[in-house]
Amino acid sequence: MAMNYNAKDEVDGGPPCAPGATAKNRRPDNTAFKQQRLPAWQPILTAGTVLPTFFIIGLIFIPIGIGIFVTSNNIREIENPSKECEPYRRNEDKPIAPCGAIANSMFNDTLELFLVGNESYPTPIPLKKKGIAWWTDKNVKFRNPPGDQSLEERFKGTTNPVNWVKPVYMLDSEPDNNGFINEDFIVWMRTAALPTFRKLYRLIERKSDLHPTLPAGRYYLNITYNYPVHSFDGRKRMILSTISWMGGKNPFLGIAYIAIGSISFLLGVVLLVINHKYRNSSNTADITI
Amino acid sequence: MTEFLRWARYHWQRLTGSTNRDDDERPYNYSSLLACGGKSSQTPKVAGRHRVVIPHLRPFKDEYEKFSGTYVNNRIRTTKYTLLNFVPRNLFEQFHRAANLYFLFLAVLNWVPLVEAFQKEITMLPLVVVLTIIAIKDGLEDYRKYKIDKQINNLVTKVYSRKEKKYVDQCWKDVAVGDFIRLSCNEVIPADMVLLFSTDPDKICHIETSGLDGESNLKQRQVVRGYAEQDSEVDPEKFSSKIECESPNNDLNRFRGYLEHSNKERVGLSKENLLLRGCTIRNTEAVVGIVVYAGHETKAMLNNSGPRYKRSKLERRANTDVLWCVLLLFVMCLTGALGHGIWLSKYENIIFFNIPEPDGHIISPVLAGFYMFWTMIILLQVLIPISLYVSIEIVKLGQIYFIQSDVDFYNEKMDSTVQCRALNITEDLGQIQYLFSDKTGTLTENKMVFRRCSVAGFDYCHEENARRLESYQEAVSEDEDSADTPSGSVSTTATARAPSCRTVPNGPLGSKPWSPLGGSGGAPGSGEGASEVPRSRQAAFSSPMETDVVPDTRLLDKFSQITPQLFTPLEEPVPNPPLEILYIVDFFIALAICNTVVVSAPNQPRQKIGLSSLSGMPIKSLEEIKNLFQRLSVRRSSSPSLASGKEPTSGVPNAFVSRLSLFSRMKLASPVEEEASPTSESPQGSSGTSPCPTEVARPNGDPGLTGGQVGPRPGQPSAAPLCYEAESPDEAALVYAARAYRCTLQSRSPEQLVVDFAALGPLTFQLLHILPFDSVRKRMSVVVRHPLSNQVVVYTKGADSVIMELLSVASPDGASREKQQMIIREKTQKHLDDYARRGLRTLCIAKKVMSDTEYEEWLRNHFLAETSIDHREELLLESAVRLENKLTLLGATGIEDRLQEGVPESIEALQRAGIKIWMLTGDKQETAVNIAYACKLLEPDDKLFILNTQSKDACEMLMSTILKELREKNPASNARTSESLQGPFLELTACCQAVICCRATPLQKSEVVKLVRSHLRVMTLAIGDGANDVSMIQVADVGIGISGQEGMQAVMASDFAISQFKHLGKLLLVHGHWCYARLANMILYFFYKNVAYVNLLFWYQFFCGFSGTSMTDYWVLILFNLLFTSAPPVIYGVLEKDVSAETLMQLPELYKRGQKSEAYLPLTFWITLLDAFYQSLVCFFMPYYTYQGSDIDIFTFGNPLNTAALFIIILHLVIESKSLTWIHMLVIVGSILSYLVFALVFGAMCVTCNPPSNPYWIMQEHMLDPVFYLVCVLTTCVALLPRFIYRVLQGSLFPSPVLRAQHLDRLTPEERTEALKKWSRAGTTGQVTAQYTDHPAAKSEKRATPGPSAAFARMPAPPRAVERGSVSVHETALDSDFCEKKISGMPGPSKG
Repeated sequence: MAMNYNAKDEVDGGPPCAPGATAKNRRPDNTAFKQQRLPAWQPILTAGTVLPTFFIIGLIFIPIGIGIFVTSNNIREIENPSKECEPYRRNEDKPIAPCGAIANSMFNDTLELFLVGNESYPTPIPLKKKGIAWWTDKNVKFRNPPGDQSLEERFKGTTNPVNWVKPVYMLDSEPDNNGFINEDFIVWMRTAALPTFRKLYRLIERKSDLHPTLPAGRYYLNITYNYPVHSFDGRKRMILSTISWMGGKNPFLGIAYIAIGSISFLLGVVLLVINHKYRNSSNTADITI
Repeated sequence: MTEFLRWARYHWQRLTGSTNRDDDERPYNYSSLLACGGKSSQTPKVAGRHRVVIPHLRPFKDEYEKFSGTYVNNRIRTTKYTLLNFVPRNLFEQFHRAANLYFLFLAVLNWVPLVEAFQKEITMLPLVVVLTIIAIKDGLEDYRKYKIDKQINNLVTKVYSRKEKKYVDQCWKDVAVGDFIRLSCNEVIPADMVLLFSTDPDKICHIETSGLDGESNLKQRQVVRGYAEQDSEVDPEKFSSKIECESPNNDLNRFRGYLEHSNKERVGLSKENLLLRGCTIRNTEAVVGIVVYAGHETKAMLNNSGPRYKRSKLERRANTDVLWCVLLLFVMCLTGALGHGIWLSKYENIIFFNIPEPDGHIISPVLAGFYMFWTMIILLQVLIPISLYVSIEIVKLGQIYFIQSDVDFYNEKMDSTVQCRALNITEDLGQIQYLFSDKTGTLTENKMVFRRCSVAGFDYCHEENARRLESYQEAVSEDEDSADTPSGSVSTTATARAPSCRTVPNGPLGSKPWSPLGGSGGAPGSGEGASEVPRSRQAAFSSPMETDVVPDTRLLDKFSQITPQLFTPLEEPVPNPPLEILYIVDFFIALAICNTVVVSAPNQPRQKIGLSSLSGMPIKSLEEIKNLFQRLSVRRSSSPSLASGKEPTSGVPNAFVSRLSLFSRMKLASPVEEEASPTSESPQGSSGTSPCPTEVARPNGDPGLTGGQVGPRPGQPSAAPLCYEAESPDEAALVYAARAYRCTLQSRSPEQLVVDFAALGPLTFQLLHILPFDSVRKRMSVVVRHPLSNQVVVYTKGADSVIMELLSVASPDGASREKQQMIIREKTQKHLDDYARRGLRTLCIAKKVMSDTEYEEWLRNHFLAETSIDHREELLLESAVRLENKLTLLGATGIEDRLQEGVPESIEALQRAGIKIWMLTGDKQETAVNIAYACKLLEPDDKLFILNTQSKDACEMLMSTILKELREKNPASNARTSESLQGPFLELTACCQAVICCRATPLQKSEVVKLVRSHLRVMTLAIGDGANDVSMIQVADVGIGISGQEGMQAVMASDFAISQFKHLGKLLLVHGHWCYARLANMILYFFYKNVAYVNLLFWYQFFCGFSGTSMTDYWVLILFNLLFTSAPPVIYGVLEKDVSAETLMQLPELYKRGQKSEAYLPLTFWITLLDAFYQSLVCFFMPYYTYQGSDIDIFTFGNPLNTAALFIIILHLVIESKSLTWIHMLVIVGSILSYLVFALVFGAMCVTCNPPSNPYWIMQEHMLDPVFYLVCVLTTCVALLPRFIYRVLQGSLFPSPVLRAQHLDRLTPEERTEALKKWSRAGTTGQVTAQYTDHPAAKSEKRATPGPSAAFARMPAPPRAVERGSVSVHETALDSDFCEKKISGMPGPSKG
């Protein structure tokens, strides 16, 4: 393989042709970097060195865990599923709006909550439709087709998804919650991550601090059944939950923190014993740290 | 797959080599880019086996076109690409790598709609990134080559132009085959050419081949016979001859062909007539040659094979684990496919889940499962750590950078540092188990110092000389170091070195031979001699230590009896004492002339001292001769340039010689010198016995005084300083030794040799023949016509065993002489044994007198051999054997080769590191064993087994006895039965700490290495410095060349080149350890990283119906591996430092970790994978349980997974790191920041990308969500906890030696030394027991095996010379009896 020949050798060997190439000093620079002597933090993992870490983790995690657990417990809950457009792009030669399998499978039961008070007729609990989607989704991501005409006009020439009862421009009566910016739709379009999932349906607003949001009493749930799940053994639930920074009720995180904190504390103790017992023998030649 | 990968790579390299050649057949694409637009080169169509070269001049144009027009011109192109073909060709090359093919396969797979997992473009990304990185690297490399090529192509040389009828300047690249080129002194030869004319009166030309092979000594080239006789410069116009020679080949030492004159007369051409490209003209004013090979067909170009590609043990190990990963991927994809199929079949009738194809039909679950398999492959592709290969290459470049930057490898003397020639086996340095070392030049300095000699059965111990050497060793060692300037270095340019060849002018050295006291005057203060030397350059092998020899007083006594009368055959043969004197004379003449030493003067240009001018003059008496000499010497001293000037050279040397010899029979009228020397005998004798050689500075030893005496003295042919340039150091040592006895080699030309023998005056030997040294014959001979006796005399010098067998049995001189010869022989043998015991290299000197008729007859046969083209080597060998027989033993010499500094320490350290060291040497057993003791390879209390048998059976017996003995101590060792001797031999050697193989030829050396390597399956390292080590270096896993005095051939063949043996210690113990630990851990980390990350996706499949959905955006998915987590492991691989260099050097035991591959065992791999699985489980299910049943959407769920994975993966590396510098910190923080910034920016920009779900604003939301932080922190902690705990417990409970050594680095110096002491004390006991469990006999039993051991038994003695490189004459010390033993004693050995 003559091609790999490094012709440089030839130049080096031939002094008259390389007048500039005088005997160059090839001594490598004696710098910390080149000599691999950069100052370095050298963590040595022994029982002694890491002891504090475990106690600190224990001390931090357990309170966090307790905090989370308590917070989560304070959340009160009362218990109640594709790709891009294809194949739900067109139906009977009309484009589907909104297209796609996810949109097609949009949950369309309606739930209404009534307080059965002392009176004989139930009082409907006002459920707020707006504010259930992410602000950015509602205001940036999802847009209705532009135009000054009515929404129906703007969606002219499209058809509703096969599984939908109503067309997209009839999702809601309010123009700023209709069409693509219908919050139910937006919430649904944020595809669930796991097979068992929940979606925020409505917000129950607290009227005033004096009255409880949902005063004690009998309640009555009116479900308009549009969304069949029996075929795949699906289950639907409605959950009434308080809102906190943690989202829904889930004791897992709190318990996990407490557990890990405790384990960490325990390990700290074990390591303390180990460190005490093996300090001398572990380091050869009586090297103490 | 990995085998295939290797295969593909190998073939690709071969392919590139050949395609490149194809390229040369086309006109160059980029010729327009060059300054001197050259003519296009054409196809080198080689007509048959030979090439015909005729002048490249117009009268022959048609003929030229017919023959040479098709040969390549002198343009070289070492680049692979041109501007136009870079992209296609680089792509083509890159897709020959299996890794890239895998990428390509994935990209293509993703274009299949049914299995599409990602957006089409995204899968291309890794491929494009990798291809771009490699293409940039290749492009830069190629551009560098292109610039160098251009520089070389545009060098200017003088080419004869017919148009202008003179030599005109032309670029190198425009030189074509058949051009006439005229070169002046110190110019570089642009192409291989046949020498047609030289201004040198002897029609020779000296070249320096350092550009080619690094050998700095001058080589002699001769003008083609037929042109040598012409005095005038060859006229290209009149040149009508035709040259026919062999097709281009890469054998530097062979050139066969003939030159056919117009009258059909043929003259043979040999390598002596060929000037090689890249060499430099020296000592010769101007030369003219005709180009026969140009450009890529020159031997220099054909000899360059570029960097070597080897696959390291670690990479082989990693490759098998990659296969495991492939299997794992397959299993995972199969799981996915099955899962999907089952899931679908469960909901087969529900259109809701089983989404139909666009055309309406529904895919059956089985088919969907099948498609899902491929989708999964795309999704989980990262499991195959393709980035590993790119990272390994980058890391190795970094490691090499640091090895080459290590200032400890810098050698001041040679201005050289370590060279890494193989780019991809750095970590093999950390796993060496067997080390095979050459002795001469590797362990020893290859500075040959004449120590003793035995002449005619009398031993002369040269005590004064010994004392002088001792003083060198003590006092001058430092001084000498600095005085010793580069001799073998390629780097120093001739402009720097040429003017300062070591001179010996008028000083004690130069005048020494001429002082009446003979050599005694040459006992200068040792330091004095050294300091007087101009420092910048020395001729090879000519440090004062080597050149100054203090003569032995007893021998000088005998010299005094030398008178010319002894050589008059008219007088009766004198009885015993005079015979001894004759022996002495012959002995020293042999020392002076039986060699290939080139005599030169140190001034610029290296001037040759020739006496050719003498021969033409009519000489009438001895007085006239003497006068002539005086005249010459006076003239020469006044104007040295005249010496090489043109003086009539028409006379026939023979006439002169015969006349001279005739005259020499007469009595000398005034034997000035003869009178002088006996008178000065007594003071010299007394001083000779003085204990300290430095005190020998007697008045006449004083430079000034001596100069005063010498200056006006008549009869001194040369006060000019002399330089001896020898191919091997022991040749030079012998010539210097002879000079010390005033038997000075004055000049050498192809026809004659002039020796100034003090008592006899200058003697001119007609040189009839030189039979050069080769490693088969292990001897060399010169055939001369003796000027005094006018007889044809053969002087032979060679290994004692060879010479002893060739001695004459029946002497023609009768019984008394025969008997005397027998006595001499016995005594000499005794002395030889004694020398060998002292570790000296021994050589025997013998002679043979031939009658003219005998000579004629031999000459006829020899001529036939010389002129034959086929089987020339064999015929020449036979011819040599015919000549070199019936020799008369003259004596023997003992030359010391001193150990290099630091060798014993290095060997001790390497042995402590558990490396078994074998010494393979051509020397005698005794010499080898003694050197072994000296360099601490053997300890005095070691048990030594010597296998020295002549027959196979005996050898087997001996080995089985030893083995039995060993097994008794070690019952665990199981016996292997093998028909050949290899089995027991290897079993035996496996128990031994050190093995010495004596009298090994180069081929045998490589056979031994091969045997051990293949049968014991160990990592081998071979280190050597000479051409004879090349094969061994190439065979071993790691080949190390020492750029020493013996040229660059070993370096060229090596993977790493160092300048001294002692550097091997740091190279292996520190850099080897580091490189191994770094790379092993990095590879494991890569496996871990990929498995851990990919499994997140895999776990998610269980929650999405195995639909191949990923919970992360594809961009993040791809970039995670490519960008966010790629830099930290690379930095780790380059900079990780588990133990400091100092500690590693002080505790060689730490090296054993690498030897046993402890950092990366199969178990380690599986533990790593398990850990990866655990971590991925934690990383998935912690967020899963946290967000279970919440309104989390798919990418919002993926985000904490991703973020936690990033932290886990990076912090995992931190746990594994033993040292973290700011660079590590920078890269780690940078990686994390780049991830966060990317996620934020991408999250903000990606409004409509990747519908229906996209990562829009998710990171921003999470940044404000405390749960996100809580999940990430918890996940990271839980995932890393087991490994962290393991490391902590390991550090506390069962620390590995490396961990314990880390503690040492933290101590104060005092504590440290204390701890080290304790360690080594504890270590040795622990180590011994450890070794005893392995091989109970290992520590205490070391053993030397001489040549005829099992390893060699199966090799037939090669009839041809094994060495193909420059044969160095120091190999004369080799012993050939081994070969014979093999033939006789081990016929047809079975091979295992």
